[in-house]
Amino acid sequence: MEQWKEALQKHIQEERILTSLADRYSYSFDASFGEHLPEVVVQPSNRDEVVGVLKVSNEYKVPVYPRGQGTCLSGGPLPVHGGIVLDMSQWPESIDLRVDDLTVTVSPSVLTARINEEAMKHGLMYAPDPSSAHVATIGGNLAENSGGPRGLKYGVTKDFVLGLEVVTPEGEVIRTGGQTIKNVTGFDLTKLLVGSEGTLGVITEATLKLVPKPPAVQTLMVTFDDVHTAGKAISKTLTSGILPSKLEFMDQACIQAVENFNPIGLPTHAAAIVIVELDGHPEALKVEKEIVQEIMQSIGATDVVVPGNQEEADQIWHARKQVSPAIAKIKPTKVSEDATVPRSKIPDMMARLEDIKQKYNVEVVCFGHAGDGNLHPNILCDKRDQEEMKRAEQAVEELFQAAIDLGGTLSGEHGIGTMKAPFMENELGATGVNMMRRIKDAWDPNGIMNPGKIFAEKGQKLVLRDE
Amino acid sequence: MSNLQELQKTINYDKTFDCVQCGYCLPACPTYETMEKETHSPRGRINLVKMVAEGKASVEDLRDPIEKCLGCMACTTVCPTDVQYGQILEGAKEVIEDHEVKSGAQKRMEDFLFGSFFPSKGWMNTLGNMTWFYQKSGLQSFANLTSVTKMAPLHLGYFEQIIPKQPSPRKRAKRTKRYLPKRKASAKVAFFTGCVMDSVFFETNQNTIDLMVRSGLEIVIPEQQTCCGALHAHAGKVQNSVELAKRNIRAFEEEEIDYIVNNAGGCGARLIEYHHLFEEGTLWRERAERFVSRVKDISQILVDVEGLHFTKPVDKTITYQPSCHMSNVQGVKTPPLELLKKVPGLELKELERPDFCCGSAGIYNIINYEESMEILDVKMKDVCSVQPERVVTTNPGCLLQMKLGIEREGQSEQMDAVHLVDLLLEAGPQV
Repeated sequence: MEQWKEALQKHIQEERILTSLADRYSYSFDASFGEHLPEVVVQPSNRDEVVGVLKVSNEYKVPVYPRGQGTCLSGGPLPVHGGIVLDMSQWPESIDLRVDDLTVTVSPSVLTARINEEAMKHGLMYAPDPSSAHVATIGGNLAENSGGPRGLKYGVTKDFVLGLEVVTPEGEVIRTGGQTIKNVTGFDLTKLLVGSEGTLGVITEATLKLVPKPPAVQTLMVTFDDVHTAGKAISKTLTSGILPSKLEFMDQACIQAVENFNPIGLPTHAAAIVIVELDGHPEALKVEKEIVQEIMQSIGATDVVVPGNQEEADQIWHARKQVSPAIAKIKPTKVSEDATVPRSKIPDMMARLEDIKQKYNVEVVCFGHAGDGNLHPNILCDKRDQEEMKRAEQAVEELFQAAIDLGGTLSGEHGIGTMKAPFMENELGATGVNMMRRIKDAWDPNGIMNPGKIFAEKGQKLVLRDE
Repeated sequence: MSNLQELQKTINYDKTFDCVQCGYCLPACPTYETMEKETHSPRGRINLVKMVAEGKASVEDLRDPIEKCLGCMACTTVCPTDVQYGQILEGAKEVIEDHEVKSGAQKRMEDFLFGSFFPSKGWMNTLGNMTWFYQKSGLQSFANLTSVTKMAPLHLGYFEQIIPKQPSPRKRAKRTKRYLPKRKASAKVAFFTGCVMDSVFFETNQNTIDLMVRSGLEIVIPEQQTCCGALHAHAGKVQNSVELAKRNIRAFEEEEIDYIVNNAGGCGARLIEYHHLFEEGTLWRERAERFVSRVKDISQILVDVEGLHFTKPVDKTITYQPSCHMSNVQGVKTPPLELLKKVPGLELKELERPDFCCGSAGIYNIINYEESMEILDVKMKDVCSVQPERVVTTNPGCLLQMKLGIEREGQSEQMDAVHLVDLLLEAGPQV
């Protein structure tokens, strides 16, 4: 047996070191593309075990890839160079809520939705709400800096992190930030670590900020017969002094897919629908609802639906949630992107998507969090059709470039991972990427922490095909 | 066709592409929760099937993850892309079974169990009668006293304790083939008796007939019917299960009937999927579809005919443990609850996680005893926190498992487990 594998056994129980081929294959993928076989999978259950694993990895220069529940859409936990997958999902759950401080300290394995559930019991809310919240771990959310529909009003994961406990690539334990809302002591390592995709260390504990739970919500569904008007209505709403908690967008292809999948009476002739959720005091909501309605109508909405009760509102949100499964019926393989543009550029981005669709002859549909410009263009294809996948790769490349050209970014909430690493320079420039690399090298001199992510290796390309 | 192509076909390689690996199934999977590995999750299993189909892993690598799957199908209820997990699982079991090298004795035992024992009315009656003799003769008390049952293979000693009191062979033989209600029958129902159900829970079957007759239904019990084949399919013996399906389809075609009613969640789940066993466009497929369209669970039929009201209060706090196959495959969720709500005196306390499997899963609890008990422990924690006096179930396997759980928790003084049908009959059903 190789020495490093023997050394691992000193730090962690044998049954928590998985080496069978079946187990290794089970941790060779995530929810994105690519399959890479690790040499071992280790399931730590406390900080000391993580320290032990990292010390071994650092000494023997074996790569380590932290992993939550593997729901990542950008390839964050993939063991691209073999080595050790650090499965953090089996760590015992701990949620320590301090109601009077409006903070909560959690272990990395806690499912994100569980934090919100606990907070709700005390009239509080953990605002970040990625769609995968009921299955993804908070550790993974922190690493990837996940977002969600509520990001419009409340921000993404990083906006809710007060402090972290992190094991460095050299196996030392550090604490960043703290438990206070204000904290300007020194460099803000907390913000640096959140969203660093496991390339700078392993998060073993986090202290998060909670906010008061809004006492009421109000949903509206607005129909448009062209995307441009929808874009204008979104901008007008946001500049009118009202900040909705969610502002979601579905294009015609999505509307039709949902109606085919599970008919609930969505307007299939519409070019787009925008779903608005307002939250706050019930009295304020009455006024805001009317203002939004007026704006939408004055801009040229063809219809505004105000649900009469919770059930009707749930139905609208259910339709929005059905988009992913519904569009998977068009073609089985879903390349889900999260290119994000300035809010005023949504119509331009939609036009670019239409061009891409024509040019590469691929199915492209688009939905997403229009309120913050975070769109989810999805390319639907079939993994078994290599030729089509090749066209899909080209389409994705062009889609990223389109977002950057419009002043946007490669990723609004999924992260860079392996998927977007080759495009980093296009957005940040060579020097920009180089400054990030220098930080990485300073933290991780032996380059063992989650290699192959964020920073492209020489000649690295976007790969959606199995090669 | 090459070997790999053939394997890909049997293992349903094509269906694995519907999985987008989102992981939404993970929190729903009982074995992922207790065994704490992706390898024992639906997403992990589907991926391994794919790896085997691509020649990257061997059938042997697949064995343990597939054998440890309960087949509860909870994953299919949360899957956003409607992956046909059941078919992938069955394909994998078939491939594993095809690759297995078995000893002569093992083969003969399996041939007997799956070929003769479960499908035979005679054997099932014998099992019931032998159990009756064992219980009646004092052998059981003797065996318990001397702990001889603990030496039984496959932990059968634990199960032996919880088997209900059996009717005498004479009572068993007295059942007729046809029952008519007092007034004009509103519909004609063929009763699917099941194999283990009819053997170990004969009384429950009699009670089921009784309930239906009281509801004004005419009952026939087709003599040629046999085991539904679920146990065979779970063991990877697809050919056997197709044969049994054909026998049942034939048996229930003998006279004109409106419904085919069963009272075992697991059997019902198999019966409503008979058409999947035959290729589209074939005559058997057509016959199977006709069969399937008439299959109903006893709770559905009782709700549909709405004839019964309950006259005797049952003053008990109960909880309902739904059968996974009934909820997740048949989609029968509310009828049992609707019936329970009609019983006067009952206080129904819902479990926190009713949809979490009890770990019985056909004969999973016998073959994978340790794993099954870990799942049962999770279930019993939930049950005990509700503190019911009675646990109501709708499947023989679940019923035995819940009885075992109650024993294991040392709660047999405080609570018992019953089949929904038995409870309903206790409540004095009248038209």
